[in-house]
Amino acid sequence: MPEHGRGVVELRIPSKAEWVAVARLAIAAVANRLDFSIEEIEDVKLAVAEACTNCIQHATGGDQIEITCETEKSSLTVHVKDYGVGTQPEEIQSRRVSEPREGGLGVFLIRSLMDEVQYDVHPELGTNLVMRKKVSA
Amino acid sequence: MDIKVNVREAQGDIYVVELTGEIDVYTSPKVKDAITELIDQGHYNLVIDLEKVRYIDSTGLGVLIGGLKRVREHGGTVNLVCTNPQIKKIFDITGLVKIFGIFDDEDAAMKALV
Repeated sequence: MPEHGRGVVELRIPSKAEWVAVARLAIAAVANRLDFSIEEIEDVKLAVAEACTNCIQHATGGDQIEITCETEKSSLTVHVKDYGVGTQPEEIQSRRVSEPREGGLGVFLIRSLMDEVQYDVHPELGTNLVMRKKVSA
Repeated sequence: MDIKVNVREAQGDIYVVELTGEIDVYTSPKVKDAITELIDQGHYNLVIDLEKVRYIDSTGLGVLIGGLKRVREHGGTVNLVCTNPQIKKIFDITGLVKIFGIFDDEDAAMKALV
């Protein structure tokens, strides 16, 4: 494996359920460039897929999702941005299952699987999620 | 990418739902339809076999939770078969290990229902 350096990979997918698998495969390929374990790569895959799913389910009007991956030697930062309107800040609140219900686990999973998570929610402009995973020692 | 759903009757009106593939926002409606159809037919004790599932996301978990809630209304339950560490980890961090019975094989999952 060559020396890992700084790199940026950008991907834009239609905001439709059938395209989430493409984002998942792409992010796995990017994460594989770093020294992540297989388990960590699976964590990143799921977190990015959950972010895309949130864009599709909660934002209306935006037809594209932008995914930007920034690789460093020991971390991967992923930006997931949509231009849909309607997402409310309370929708990205994390929760744990106490009373089981069918929705709302996605944000909890993202926050659990990634090391740093920051949401920038603009109900009128769209949502930008920035999440970072560090390579374990 | 797709999900294959195979439904078969086992002993004592227990139905086994074998899933193969990946369960995400695109494929989970197919799983939901299969579970809903069984419940609508009056089958309330289900074993859902995740052994051939490579990936599950929150929408897949939501389908399983929805199925469990519906069968519980009729005194039934849903047991899962799963040994994939990554998938078990998802059940663990979401707390769903406390809600579902999760077994290493189909026999154990069925015995717990009888």
